[in-house]
Amino acid sequence: MTGMSDQTPKAMFVALCLGGLALYPLAAGSYGLDLVTKIMVYAIFALSLELLVGTTGLVCFGHAAFFGIGAYAAVLLSPESDAAELGWLLPASVAAAAAYALCVGALSLRTQGVYFIMVTLAFAQMAYYIVHDTPLGGGTDGIYLNVKPVLSVGGSTWLNLDGALTIYGFTWACLVAVFGFLGLLLRSRFGRALAGIKANEQRMRATGFSTYPYKLAAFVISGAIAGLAGFLFGVKDGYVNPELLSWHLSGAVLIMIILGGLGHLRGALVGAFAFALLQEFFKSEAIFGAFARHWHLGLGLTIIASVALLPNGLIGLVGLPALWRQRLLGKARGAAASGEQA
Amino acid sequence: MSDILLRGQGITRRWGGLVAVNDVGLELKRGEVHAVIGTNGAGKSTLINILSGEIPPSAGTVQLLGQDVTAWSQPRRARAGLGRSYQRTTVYPGFSVLENCRLAAQARTPRPWHWWQSAQHCDASLGAARQAAQRAGLADVLSRPAGSLSHGEKRQLEIAMCLATAPQVLLLDEPLAGMGAEETDRMLALLAALKAQHAILLVEHDMDAVFRIADTITVMVNGVVIFSGAPAAVRSSPEVQAAYLGGH
Repeated sequence: MTGMSDQTPKAMFVALCLGGLALYPLAAGSYGLDLVTKIMVYAIFALSLELLVGTTGLVCFGHAAFFGIGAYAAVLLSPESDAAELGWLLPASVAAAAAYALCVGALSLRTQGVYFIMVTLAFAQMAYYIVHDTPLGGGTDGIYLNVKPVLSVGGSTWLNLDGALTIYGFTWACLVAVFGFLGLLLRSRFGRALAGIKANEQRMRATGFSTYPYKLAAFVISGAIAGLAGFLFGVKDGYVNPELLSWHLSGAVLIMIILGGLGHLRGALVGAFAFALLQEFFKSEAIFGAFARHWHLGLGLTIIASVALLPNGLIGLVGLPALWRQRLLGKARGAAASGEQA
Repeated sequence: MSDILLRGQGITRRWGGLVAVNDVGLELKRGEVHAVIGTNGAGKSTLINILSGEIPPSAGTVQLLGQDVTAWSQPRRARAGLGRSYQRTTVYPGFSVLENCRLAAQARTPRPWHWWQSAQHCDASLGAARQAAQRAGLADVLSRPAGSLSHGEKRQLEIAMCLATAPQVLLLDEPLAGMGAEETDRMLALLAALKAQHAILLVEHDMDAVFRIADTITVMVNGVVIFSGAPAAVRSSPEVQAAYLGGH
Protein backbone atom coordinates (compact mmCIF):
# COMPACT_ATOMS: atom_id res chain seq x y z
CA MET A 1 0.00 0.00 0.00
CA THR A 2 1.19 3.47 -0.67
CA GLY A 3 2.26 5.69 2.16
CA MET A 4 0.52 8.70 3.60
CA SER A 5 2.85 11.17 1.82
CA ASP A 6 1.95 9.58 -1.55
CA GLN A 7 -1.73 9.90 -0.76
CA THR A 8 -1.74 13.57 0.26
CA PRO A 9 -1.50 15.17 -3.24
CA LYS A 10 -4.14 12.76 -4.53
CA ALA A 11 -6.50 13.58 -1.66
CA MET A 12 -5.88 17.29 -2.22
CA PHE A 13 -6.67 16.91 -5.91
CA VAL A 14 -9.98 15.21 -5.12
CA ALA A 15 -10.80 17.78 -2.42
CA LEU A 16 -10.10 20.59 -4.91
CA CYS A 17 -12.32 18.98 -7.55
CA LEU A 18 -15.20 18.40 -5.14
CA GLY A 19 -14.73 21.85 -3.59
CA GLY A 20 -14.77 23.44 -7.03
CA LEU A 21 -17.97 21.58 -7.86
CA ALA A 22 -19.55 22.83 -4.62
CA LEU A 23 -18.81 26.43 -5.62
CA TYR A 24 -19.66 26.04 -9.31
CA PRO A 25 -23.36 27.05 -9.01
CA LEU A 26 -22.24 30.53 -7.88
CA ALA A 27 -20.89 31.17 -11.37
CA ALA A 28 -22.99 28.86 -13.55
CA GLY A 29 -25.98 29.52 -15.78
CA SER A 30 -28.86 27.08 -16.10
CA TYR A 31 -27.23 25.19 -19.02
CA GLY A 32 -23.97 24.78 -17.17
CA LEU A 33 -25.75 23.69 -14.01
CA ASP A 34 -27.72 21.04 -15.89
CA LEU A 35 -24.61 19.83 -17.74
CA VAL A 36 -22.47 19.50 -14.62
CA THR A 37 -25.31 17.77 -12.76
CA LYS A 38 -25.41 15.22 -15.59
CA ILE A 39 -21.62 14.83 -15.45
CA MET A 40 -21.69 14.27 -11.68
CA VAL A 41 -24.31 11.55 -12.24
CA TYR A 42 -21.98 9.97 -14.80
CA ALA A 43 -19.13 10.28 -12.29
CA ILE A 44 -21.14 8.30 -9.71
CA PHE A 45 -21.93 5.75 -12.43
CA ALA A 46 -18.25 5.54 -13.40
CA LEU A 47 -17.22 5.14 -9.76
CA SER A 48 -19.59 2.18 -9.48
CA LEU A 49 -17.95 0.46 -12.46
CA GLU A 50 -14.46 1.34 -11.21
CA LEU A 51 -15.15 -0.84 -8.16
CA LEU A 52 -15.71 -3.80 -10.47
CA VAL A 53 -13.25 -3.24 -13.30
CA GLY A 54 -10.44 -1.21 -11.75
CA THR A 55 -10.47 -2.73 -8.28
CA THR A 56 -11.71 -6.31 -8.68
CA GLY A 57 -10.72 -6.97 -12.29
CA LEU A 58 -14.24 -7.89 -13.42
CA VAL A 59 -15.01 -6.33 -16.80
CA CYS A 60 -18.78 -5.87 -16.75
CA PHE A 61 -20.27 -4.90 -20.09
CA GLY A 62 -23.85 -4.63 -18.90
CA HIS A 63 -23.59 -1.98 -16.23
CA ALA A 64 -26.19 0.26 -17.87
CA ALA A 65 -28.85 -2.26 -16.79
CA PHE A 66 -28.39 -1.27 -13.14
CA PHE A 67 -28.31 2.42 -14.05
CA GLY A 68 -31.51 2.06 -16.07
CA ILE A 69 -33.28 0.00 -13.40
CA GLY A 70 -32.52 2.70 -10.81
CA ALA A 71 -33.92 5.34 -13.17
CA TYR A 72 -37.04 3.35 -14.13
CA ALA A 73 -37.71 2.40 -10.50
CA ALA A 74 -37.67 6.10 -9.54
CA VAL A 75 -40.30 6.86 -12.17
CA LEU A 76 -42.43 3.72 -11.89
CA LEU A 77 -42.62 3.81 -8.10
CA SER A 78 -43.59 7.50 -8.00
CA PRO A 79 -47.32 8.32 -7.77
CA GLU A 80 -48.89 9.65 -10.99
CA SER A 81 -49.79 13.10 -9.73
CA ASP A 82 -48.19 13.42 -6.34
CA ALA A 83 -44.65 13.77 -5.04
CA ALA A 84 -43.04 10.57 -3.81
CA GLU A 85 -41.23 10.59 -0.50
CA LEU A 86 -37.48 10.59 -1.12
CA GLY A 87 -36.92 8.69 2.12
CA TRP A 88 -38.33 5.49 0.64
CA LEU A 89 -38.14 6.14 -3.12
CA LEU A 90 -34.34 6.45 -3.17
CA PRO A 91 -33.66 3.28 -1.11
CA ALA A 92 -36.29 1.39 -3.12
CA SER A 93 -34.71 2.40 -6.45
CA VAL A 94 -31.23 1.51 -5.23
CA ALA A 95 -32.55 -1.80 -3.83
CA ALA A 96 -34.17 -2.65 -7.19
CA ALA A 97 -30.83 -2.19 -8.97
CA ALA A 98 -29.00 -4.12 -6.23
CA ALA A 99 -31.50 -7.00 -6.44
CA TYR A 100 -30.97 -7.30 -10.19
CA ALA A 101 -27.19 -7.10 -9.62
CA LEU A 102 -27.49 -9.95 -7.12
CA CYS A 103 -29.26 -12.15 -9.69
CA VAL A 104 -26.87 -11.22 -12.52
CA GLY A 105 -23.78 -11.51 -10.32
CA ALA A 106 -24.78 -14.84 -8.78
CA LEU A 107 -24.92 -16.42 -12.25
CA SER A 108 -22.35 -14.45 -14.25
CA LEU A 109 -19.59 -14.76 -11.63
CA ARG A 110 -19.57 -18.52 -12.28
CA THR A 111 -17.87 -17.59 -15.57
CA GLN A 112 -14.59 -15.85 -16.29
CA GLY A 113 -12.90 -13.63 -18.85
CA VAL A 114 -14.70 -13.06 -22.13
CA TYR A 115 -17.59 -15.30 -21.03
CA PHE A 116 -18.21 -13.02 -18.04
CA ILE A 117 -18.24 -9.99 -20.35
CA MET A 118 -20.76 -11.65 -22.69
CA VAL A 119 -23.01 -12.96 -19.90
CA THR A 120 -23.25 -9.51 -18.27
CA LEU A 121 -24.03 -8.02 -21.69
CA ALA A 122 -26.72 -10.65 -22.26
CA PHE A 123 -28.39 -9.88 -18.92
CA ALA A 124 -28.32 -6.15 -19.70
CA GLN A 125 -29.89 -6.74 -23.09
CA MET A 126 -32.62 -8.81 -21.43
CA ALA A 127 -33.42 -5.89 -19.13
CA TYR A 128 -33.27 -3.51 -22.10
CA TYR A 129 -35.82 -5.51 -24.08
CA ILE A 130 -38.12 -5.82 -21.06
CA VAL A 131 -38.49 -2.03 -20.86
CA HIS A 132 -38.34 -1.64 -24.65
CA ASP A 133 -40.92 -4.22 -25.67
CA THR A 134 -43.40 -4.31 -22.79
CA PRO A 135 -45.94 -1.81 -21.47
CA LEU A 136 -44.02 -1.77 -18.17
CA GLY A 137 -41.35 0.57 -19.50
CA GLY A 138 -43.50 2.59 -21.90
CA GLY A 139 -41.71 1.19 -24.96
CA THR A 140 -39.41 3.41 -27.02
CA ASP A 141 -41.34 6.52 -25.92
CA GLY A 142 -40.25 6.04 -22.34
CA ILE A 143 -42.09 7.40 -19.28
CA TYR A 144 -42.30 10.82 -17.68
CA LEU A 145 -41.93 11.58 -14.00
CA ASN A 146 -44.72 14.09 -13.44
CA VAL A 147 -43.84 15.20 -9.92
CA LYS A 148 -40.30 15.15 -8.52
CA PRO A 149 -39.75 13.48 -5.12
CA VAL A 150 -39.53 15.45 -1.90
CA LEU A 151 -38.03 14.85 1.52
CA SER A 152 -40.56 15.66 4.25
CA VAL A 153 -40.10 15.62 7.99
CA GLY A 154 -43.10 16.04 10.29
CA GLY A 155 -45.36 17.23 7.50
CA SER A 156 -43.03 19.98 6.25
CA THR A 157 -40.97 19.66 3.08
CA TRP A 158 -37.25 19.84 3.69
CA LEU A 159 -36.05 19.15 0.19
CA ASN A 160 -37.79 19.32 -3.16
CA LEU A 161 -35.80 17.87 -6.04
CA ASP A 162 -37.77 19.90 -8.56
CA GLY A 163 -35.32 22.81 -8.69
CA ALA A 164 -32.13 22.69 -10.78
CA LEU A 165 -30.03 23.98 -7.91
CA THR A 166 -31.52 21.49 -5.45
CA ILE A 167 -30.90 18.50 -7.70
CA TYR A 168 -27.37 19.82 -8.32
CA GLY A 169 -26.69 20.04 -4.60
CA PHE A 170 -28.24 16.65 -3.91
CA THR A 171 -26.22 15.02 -6.72
CA TRP A 172 -23.04 16.67 -5.41
CA ALA A 173 -23.75 15.32 -1.91
CA CYS A 174 -24.31 11.83 -3.35
CA LEU A 175 -21.05 12.07 -5.31
CA VAL A 176 -19.11 13.06 -2.18
CA ALA A 177 -20.79 10.27 -0.18
CA VAL A 178 -20.07 7.62 -2.85
CA PHE A 179 -16.46 8.75 -3.22
CA GLY A 180 -15.95 8.71 0.54
CA PHE A 181 -17.64 5.32 0.91
CA LEU A 182 -15.56 3.73 -1.84
CA GLY A 183 -12.38 5.31 -0.48
CA LEU A 184 -13.11 3.74 2.88
CA LEU A 185 -14.03 0.43 1.30
CA LEU A 186 -10.87 0.13 -0.79
CA ARG A 187 -8.61 0.72 2.23
CA SER A 188 -10.44 -1.86 4.31
CA ARG A 189 -9.71 -5.59 4.55
CA PHE A 190 -12.59 -6.19 2.13
CA GLY A 191 -11.11 -3.74 -0.37
CA ARG A 192 -7.64 -5.24 -0.08
CA ALA A 193 -9.12 -8.68 -0.68
CA LEU A 194 -10.73 -7.35 -3.87
CA ALA A 195 -7.35 -5.93 -4.96
CA GLY A 196 -5.80 -9.34 -4.27
CA ILE A 197 -8.47 -11.05 -6.36
CA LYS A 198 -7.68 -8.71 -9.23
CA ALA A 199 -3.93 -9.35 -8.90
CA ASN A 200 -4.13 -13.15 -8.59
CA GLU A 201 -7.35 -14.94 -7.73
CA GLN A 202 -5.70 -18.37 -7.69
CA ARG A 203 -3.25 -17.22 -5.02
CA MET A 204 -6.09 -15.70 -2.98
CA ARG A 205 -7.92 -19.03 -2.95
CA ALA A 206 -4.71 -20.83 -1.98
CA THR A 207 -4.29 -18.51 1.02
CA GLY A 208 -7.81 -19.27 2.24
CA PHE A 209 -10.11 -16.70 0.64
CA SER A 210 -13.38 -18.02 -0.80
CA THR A 211 -13.33 -15.45 -3.56
CA TYR A 212 -16.87 -15.87 -4.90
CA PRO A 213 -18.70 -14.12 -2.00
CA TYR A 214 -16.23 -11.21 -2.20
CA LYS A 215 -16.81 -10.79 -5.93
CA LEU A 216 -20.57 -11.09 -5.51
CA ALA A 217 -20.60 -8.48 -2.74
CA ALA A 218 -18.55 -6.13 -4.94
CA PHE A 219 -20.95 -6.76 -7.84
CA VAL A 220 -24.02 -5.95 -5.73
CA ILE A 221 -22.46 -2.82 -4.19
CA SER A 222 -21.45 -1.69 -7.66
CA GLY A 223 -24.94 -2.35 -9.03
CA ALA A 224 -26.50 -0.44 -6.13
CA ILE A 225 -24.30 2.61 -6.74
CA ALA A 226 -25.09 2.46 -10.46
CA GLY A 227 -28.76 2.35 -9.43
CA LEU A 228 -28.25 5.50 -7.34
CA ALA A 229 -26.75 7.22 -10.40
CA GLY A 230 -29.73 6.07 -12.48
CA PHE A 231 -32.17 7.36 -9.86
CA LEU A 232 -30.51 10.79 -9.96
CA PHE A 233 -30.57 10.79 -13.76
CA GLY A 234 -34.25 9.88 -13.90
CA VAL A 235 -35.21 12.49 -11.31
CA LYS A 236 -33.04 15.20 -12.90
CA ASP A 237 -34.52 14.74 -16.39
CA GLY A 238 -37.99 13.71 -15.23
CA TYR A 239 -37.97 11.24 -18.07
CA VAL A 240 -36.64 7.74 -18.72
CA ASN A 241 -36.34 5.68 -21.89
CA PRO A 242 -34.83 2.31 -22.83
CA GLU A 243 -31.59 3.94 -23.99
CA LEU A 244 -30.63 4.21 -20.32
CA LEU A 245 -30.17 0.42 -20.33
CA SER A 246 -28.52 0.15 -23.72
CA TRP A 247 -25.12 -1.40 -24.37
CA HIS A 248 -23.98 1.98 -25.75
CA LEU A 249 -24.17 3.41 -22.25
CA SER A 250 -22.39 0.35 -20.80
CA GLY A 251 -19.61 0.98 -23.34
CA ALA A 252 -19.54 4.71 -22.62
CA VAL A 253 -19.03 4.25 -18.88
CA LEU A 254 -16.30 1.72 -19.56
CA ILE A 255 -14.57 4.30 -21.77
CA MET A 256 -14.92 6.91 -18.99
CA ILE A 257 -12.95 4.86 -16.48
CA ILE A 258 -10.31 3.83 -19.04
CA LEU A 259 -9.96 7.44 -20.19
CA GLY A 260 -9.57 8.69 -16.63
CA GLY A 261 -7.21 5.94 -15.49
CA LEU A 262 -8.17 2.44 -14.40
CA GLY A 263 -7.57 1.39 -10.82
CA HIS A 264 -8.05 4.83 -9.28
CA LEU A 265 -11.26 6.39 -7.95
CA ARG A 266 -10.15 9.85 -9.07
CA GLY A 267 -9.65 8.36 -12.54
CA ALA A 268 -13.39 7.63 -12.71
CA LEU A 269 -14.12 11.19 -11.65
CA VAL A 270 -11.75 12.72 -14.21
CA GLY A 271 -12.85 10.28 -16.93
CA ALA A 272 -16.54 11.12 -16.53
CA PHE A 273 -15.82 14.83 -16.84
CA ALA A 274 -13.43 14.37 -19.77
CA PHE A 275 -15.83 12.10 -21.66
CA ALA A 276 -18.86 14.35 -21.20
CA LEU A 277 -16.96 17.55 -21.99
CA LEU A 278 -15.37 16.01 -25.10
CA GLN A 279 -18.83 14.92 -26.18
CA GLU A 280 -20.12 18.49 -25.75
CA PHE A 281 -17.09 19.87 -27.58
CA PHE A 282 -17.45 17.66 -30.65
CA LYS A 283 -21.22 18.21 -30.73
CA SER A 284 -20.77 21.99 -30.82
CA GLU A 285 -22.03 23.44 -34.11
CA ALA A 286 -20.42 26.75 -33.18
CA ILE A 287 -17.01 25.07 -33.47
CA PHE A 288 -17.50 22.31 -36.03
CA GLY A 289 -20.44 23.61 -38.07
CA ALA A 290 -22.22 20.89 -40.05
CA PHE A 291 -19.48 18.39 -39.15
CA ALA A 292 -20.82 18.44 -35.57
CA ARG A 293 -23.37 15.86 -36.76
CA HIS A 294 -20.46 13.41 -36.99
CA TRP A 295 -19.35 14.04 -33.40
CA HIS A 296 -18.88 10.31 -32.77
CA LEU A 297 -15.92 10.35 -35.16
CA GLY A 298 -14.06 13.15 -33.40
CA LEU A 299 -14.81 11.72 -29.98
CA GLY A 300 -13.72 8.22 -31.03
CA LEU A 301 -10.42 9.40 -32.52
CA THR A 302 -9.66 11.48 -29.43
CA ILE A 303 -10.34 8.52 -27.15
CA ILE A 304 -8.15 6.22 -29.27
CA ALA A 305 -5.33 8.78 -29.16
CA SER A 306 -5.71 9.23 -25.40
CA VAL A 307 -5.63 5.52 -24.70
CA ALA A 308 -2.61 5.04 -27.01
CA LEU A 309 -0.61 7.94 -25.60
CA LEU A 310 -1.71 7.80 -21.97
CA PRO A 311 -1.51 4.19 -20.77
CA ASN A 312 -2.39 5.31 -17.22
CA GLY A 313 -5.24 7.52 -18.38
CA LEU A 314 -5.63 11.24 -17.87
CA ILE A 315 -4.53 11.04 -14.24
CA GLY A 316 -1.24 9.64 -15.56
CA LEU A 317 -0.60 13.03 -17.22
CA VAL A 318 0.97 14.26 -13.98
CA GLY A 319 3.75 11.66 -14.11
CA LEU A 320 4.22 11.81 -17.88
CA PRO A 321 7.11 14.37 -18.05
CA ALA A 322 9.08 12.31 -15.52
CA LEU A 323 8.39 9.14 -17.53
CA TRP A 324 9.55 10.75 -20.78
CA ARG A 325 12.67 12.13 -19.07
CA GLN A 326 13.39 8.63 -17.75
CA ARG A 327 12.98 7.11 -21.22
CA LEU A 328 15.16 9.78 -22.86
CA LEU A 329 17.87 9.27 -20.25
CA GLY A 330 17.65 5.51 -20.78
CA LYS A 331 18.05 5.95 -24.55
CA ALA A 332 20.96 8.34 -24.09
CA ARG A 333 22.70 5.90 -21.73
CA GLY A 334 22.08 3.07 -24.20
CA ALA A 335 23.57 5.10 -27.05
CA ALA A 336 26.60 6.03 -24.93
CA ALA A 337 27.14 2.41 -23.95
CA SER A 338 26.98 1.19 -27.56
CA GLY A 339 29.38 4.03 -28.58
CA GLU A 340 31.89 2.90 -25.97
CA GLN A 341 31.61 -0.71 -27.17
CA ALA A 342 32.24 0.37 -30.77
CA MET B 1 -2.40 -36.28 17.83
CA SER B 2 -0.39 -38.43 15.45
CA ASP B 3 2.61 -36.85 13.73
CA ILE B 4 0.96 -37.63 10.39
CA LEU B 5 -0.55 -34.29 9.39
CA LEU B 6 -1.62 -35.10 5.84
CA ARG B 7 -2.52 -38.47 4.40
CA GLY B 8 -3.50 -39.27 0.83
CA GLN B 9 -4.92 -42.71 0.04
CA GLY B 10 -5.66 -44.25 -3.34
CA ILE B 11 -5.53 -40.87 -5.07
CA THR B 12 -6.46 -41.18 -8.70
CA ARG B 13 -7.16 -38.52 -11.30
CA ARG B 14 -8.41 -39.29 -14.79
CA TRP B 15 -8.60 -36.78 -17.63
CA GLY B 16 -10.82 -38.62 -20.08
CA GLY B 17 -8.84 -41.69 -21.06
CA LEU B 18 -5.59 -40.43 -19.52
CA VAL B 19 -4.81 -41.44 -15.95
CA ALA B 20 -2.62 -38.58 -14.66
CA VAL B 21 -2.34 -39.95 -11.11
CA ASN B 22 -3.08 -43.59 -10.35
CA ASP B 23 -3.72 -44.96 -6.86
CA VAL B 24 -1.13 -42.82 -5.11
CA GLY B 25 -0.79 -42.89 -1.34
CA LEU B 26 1.51 -40.83 0.86
CA GLU B 27 1.85 -39.55 4.40
CA LEU B 28 3.36 -36.26 5.49
CA LYS B 29 4.73 -36.03 9.02
CA ARG B 30 5.70 -33.06 11.13
CA GLY B 31 9.46 -32.63 11.16
CA GLU B 32 9.88 -34.29 7.77
CA VAL B 33 10.52 -33.11 4.23
CA HIS B 34 8.84 -35.52 1.84
CA ALA B 35 10.01 -35.00 -1.73
CA VAL B 36 8.12 -36.15 -4.82
CA ILE B 37 10.27 -36.52 -7.90
CA GLY B 38 9.59 -37.69 -11.41
CA THR B 39 9.99 -36.72 -15.03
CA ASN B 40 7.76 -34.10 -16.65
CA GLY B 41 4.24 -35.49 -16.93
CA ALA B 42 4.75 -37.93 -14.05
CA GLY B 43 1.75 -36.43 -12.24
CA LYS B 44 3.55 -34.49 -9.51
CA SER B 45 1.72 -31.19 -10.03
CA THR B 46 -1.61 -32.97 -10.42
CA LEU B 47 -0.97 -34.71 -7.11
CA ILE B 48 -0.16 -31.42 -5.35
CA ASN B 49 -3.27 -29.83 -6.90
CA ILE B 50 -5.43 -32.66 -5.57
CA LEU B 51 -3.90 -32.49 -2.09
CA SER B 52 -4.40 -28.73 -1.91
CA GLY B 53 -7.99 -28.98 -3.16
CA GLU B 54 -7.45 -27.14 -6.41
CA ILE B 55 -8.82 -30.08 -8.38
CA PRO B 56 -10.93 -32.96 -7.04
CA PRO B 57 -9.65 -36.54 -7.28
CA SER B 58 -11.50 -39.07 -9.43
CA ALA B 59 -10.97 -41.53 -6.57
CA GLY B 60 -9.23 -41.67 -3.22
CA THR B 61 -9.25 -39.61 -0.04
CA VAL B 62 -7.26 -36.80 1.54
CA GLN B 63 -7.04 -36.44 5.31
CA LEU B 64 -5.75 -33.30 7.00
CA LEU B 65 -5.01 -33.47 10.73
CA GLY B 66 -7.04 -36.67 10.91
CA GLN B 67 -10.10 -35.18 9.19
CA ASP B 68 -11.37 -36.26 5.80
CA VAL B 69 -11.09 -33.09 3.67
CA THR B 70 -11.60 -34.71 0.25
CA ALA B 71 -14.82 -32.76 -0.37
CA TRP B 72 -13.48 -29.49 1.06
CA SER B 73 -12.74 -26.53 -1.19
CA GLN B 74 -9.21 -25.19 -1.52
CA PRO B 75 -9.86 -22.07 0.63
CA ARG B 76 -11.36 -24.20 3.39
CA ARG B 77 -8.34 -26.52 3.38
CA ALA B 78 -6.05 -23.48 3.45
CA ARG B 79 -7.87 -22.08 6.48
CA ALA B 80 -7.58 -25.50 8.13
CA GLY B 81 -3.79 -25.40 7.88
CA LEU B 82 -2.74 -26.37 4.35
CA GLY B 83 -0.38 -23.91 2.68
CA ARG B 84 0.90 -24.21 -0.87
CA SER B 85 3.20 -22.45 -3.28
CA TYR B 86 3.17 -22.63 -7.06
CA GLN B 87 5.69 -23.49 -9.78
CA ARG B 88 5.33 -19.99 -11.21
CA THR B 89 5.77 -17.08 -8.83
CA THR B 90 2.34 -15.85 -7.75
CA VAL B 91 3.14 -12.90 -5.52
CA TYR B 92 1.18 -9.65 -5.94
CA PRO B 93 3.81 -7.54 -7.73
CA GLY B 94 2.24 -4.15 -7.06
CA PHE B 95 1.97 -4.69 -3.30
CA SER B 96 4.78 -4.30 -0.79
CA VAL B 97 6.35 -7.42 0.73
CA LEU B 98 4.54 -6.69 4.01
CA GLU B 99 1.19 -6.22 2.25
CA ASN B 100 1.65 -9.51 0.37
CA CYS B 101 2.11 -11.30 3.69
CA ARG B 102 -0.57 -9.25 5.46
CA LEU B 103 -3.16 -10.11 2.83
CA ALA B 104 -2.31 -13.79 3.16
CA ALA B 105 -2.61 -13.55 6.96
CA GLN B 106 -5.92 -11.70 6.62
CA ALA B 107 -7.64 -14.91 5.49
CA ARG B 108 -7.18 -16.30 9.02
CA THR B 109 -8.42 -13.20 10.88
CA PRO B 110 -11.90 -13.38 12.46
CA ARG B 111 -13.49 -10.95 9.98
CA PRO B 112 -11.46 -10.96 6.76
CA TRP B 113 -14.30 -9.07 5.00
CA HIS B 114 -14.29 -6.16 7.50
CA TRP B 115 -15.16 -3.16 5.33
CA TRP B 116 -15.00 0.03 7.38
CA GLN B 117 -11.67 -0.18 9.21
CA SER B 118 -8.43 0.40 7.32
CA ALA B 119 -6.55 -2.86 6.68
CA GLN B 120 -3.44 -1.09 7.98
CA HIS B 121 -5.03 -1.08 11.43
CA CYS B 122 -5.55 -4.85 11.49
CA ASP B 123 -2.98 -5.74 14.16
CA ALA B 124 -3.62 -9.48 13.95
CA SER B 125 -2.78 -9.75 10.25
CA LEU B 126 0.11 -7.26 10.46
CA GLY B 127 1.71 -9.15 13.32
CA ALA B 128 1.43 -12.49 11.53
CA ALA B 129 2.76 -10.90 8.33
CA ARG B 130 5.86 -9.43 10.00
CA GLN B 131 6.58 -12.73 11.74
CA ALA B 132 6.20 -14.73 8.50
CA ALA B 133 8.41 -12.33 6.55
CA GLN B 134 11.06 -12.54 9.25
CA ARG B 135 10.99 -16.35 9.26
CA ALA B 136 11.42 -16.34 5.49
CA GLY B 137 14.38 -13.95 5.71
CA LEU B 138 12.61 -10.92 4.29
CA ALA B 139 12.56 -8.65 7.35
CA ASP B 140 14.83 -6.10 5.64
CA VAL B 141 12.71 -5.63 2.54
CA LEU B 142 9.23 -5.28 4.05
CA SER B 143 8.41 -1.99 2.34
CA ARG B 144 9.75 -2.92 -1.10
CA PRO B 145 7.26 -3.66 -3.89
CA ALA B 146 7.20 -7.42 -4.48
CA GLY B 147 7.70 -6.85 -8.22
CA SER B 148 11.14 -5.32 -7.57
CA LEU B 149 12.50 -8.34 -5.65
CA SER B 150 15.04 -10.75 -7.13
CA HIS B 151 13.77 -14.15 -8.30
CA GLY B 152 15.09 -15.85 -5.18
CA GLU B 153 13.47 -13.27 -2.92
CA LYS B 154 10.16 -13.72 -4.72
CA ARG B 155 10.33 -17.45 -4.02
CA GLN B 156 11.06 -16.67 -0.38
CA LEU B 157 8.06 -14.37 -0.38
CA GLU B 158 5.93 -17.24 -1.71
CA ILE B 159 6.97 -19.23 1.36
CA ALA B 160 6.41 -16.23 3.63
CA MET B 161 2.86 -15.87 2.28
CA CYS B 162 2.25 -19.54 3.05
CA LEU B 163 3.64 -19.09 6.57
CA ALA B 164 1.43 -16.05 7.17
CA THR B 165 -1.62 -18.31 6.91
CA ALA B 166 -0.34 -20.32 9.92
CA PRO B 167 -0.19 -23.64 8.07
CA GLN B 168 0.62 -27.06 9.53
CA VAL B 169 1.43 -28.56 6.14
CA LEU B 170 3.39 -26.91 3.32
CA LEU B 171 2.99 -28.13 -0.25
CA LEU B 172 5.81 -26.57 -2.25
CA ASP B 173 5.79 -26.91 -6.02
CA GLU B 174 9.33 -26.43 -7.34
CA PRO B 175 10.41 -23.70 -4.93
CA LEU B 176 13.98 -23.88 -6.30
CA ALA B 177 13.06 -23.43 -9.97
CA GLY B 178 15.30 -20.89 -11.70
CA MET B 179 17.49 -20.28 -8.65
CA GLY B 180 21.28 -19.87 -8.59
CA ALA B 181 23.52 -21.83 -6.20
CA GLU B 182 23.52 -19.16 -3.48
CA GLU B 183 19.75 -18.71 -3.62
CA THR B 184 19.27 -22.50 -3.54
CA ASP B 185 21.41 -22.76 -0.40
CA ARG B 186 19.39 -19.99 1.24
CA MET B 187 16.09 -21.70 0.38
CA LEU B 188 17.29 -25.10 1.61
CA ALA B 189 18.39 -23.53 4.90
CA LEU B 190 14.93 -21.98 5.18
CA LEU B 191 13.19 -25.32 4.52
CA ALA B 192 15.43 -27.06 7.03
CA ALA B 193 14.47 -24.47 9.63
CA LEU B 194 10.76 -24.82 8.83
CA LYS B 195 10.51 -28.59 8.96
CA ALA B 196 10.63 -28.75 12.76
CA GLN B 197 7.18 -27.16 12.95
CA HIS B 198 5.64 -28.26 9.67
CA ALA B 199 5.14 -31.23 7.42
CA ILE B 200 6.60 -30.34 4.02
CA LEU B 201 5.85 -31.84 0.64
CA LEU B 202 8.47 -30.81 -1.89
CA VAL B 203 8.01 -31.30 -5.61
CA GLU B 204 11.36 -30.52 -7.17
CA HIS B 205 13.54 -31.20 -10.22
CA ASP B 206 16.87 -30.23 -8.62
CA MET B 207 18.09 -33.69 -7.59
CA ASP B 208 21.12 -32.47 -5.63
CA ALA B 209 18.88 -30.27 -3.53
CA VAL B 210 16.28 -33.02 -3.06
CA PHE B 211 18.87 -35.49 -1.80
CA ARG B 212 20.31 -32.84 0.54
CA ILE B 213 17.04 -31.89 2.21
CA ALA B 214 14.53 -34.76 1.90
CA ASP B 215 13.85 -37.31 4.62
CA THR B 216 11.61 -39.39 2.36
CA ILE B 217 11.48 -39.46 -1.42
CA THR B 218 8.57 -40.71 -3.52
CA VAL B 219 9.36 -41.42 -7.15
CA MET B 220 6.56 -41.18 -9.71
CA VAL B 221 6.51 -42.34 -13.31
CA ASN B 222 3.45 -41.95 -15.55
CA GLY B 223 1.17 -41.18 -12.59
CA VAL B 224 2.27 -44.21 -10.57
CA VAL B 225 4.53 -44.40 -7.51
CA ILE B 226 7.35 -46.76 -8.38
CA PHE B 227 9.33 -46.33 -5.18
CA SER B 228 9.12 -44.52 -1.86
CA GLY B 229 11.71 -44.48 0.90
CA ALA B 230 14.76 -42.83 2.41
CA PRO B 231 17.17 -41.03 0.02
CA ALA B 232 19.81 -43.75 0.33
CA ALA B 233 17.27 -46.44 -0.57
CA VAL B 234 16.04 -44.41 -3.54
CA ARG B 235 19.58 -43.86 -4.73
CA SER B 236 20.34 -47.59 -4.67
CA SER B 237 17.02 -48.73 -6.15
CA PRO B 238 17.63 -50.29 -9.60
CA GLU B 239 14.09 -49.57 -10.78
CA VAL B 240 14.42 -45.86 -9.88
CA GLN B 241 17.76 -45.65 -11.61
CA ALA B 242 16.34 -47.29 -14.69
CA ALA B 243 13.24 -45.16 -14.78
CA TYR B 244 14.46 -41.76 -13.73
CA LEU B 245 17.80 -41.03 -12.12
CA GLY B 246 20.01 -42.35 -14.87
CA GLY B 247 22.67 -43.48 -12.40
CA HIS B 248 22.71 -40.26 -10.31
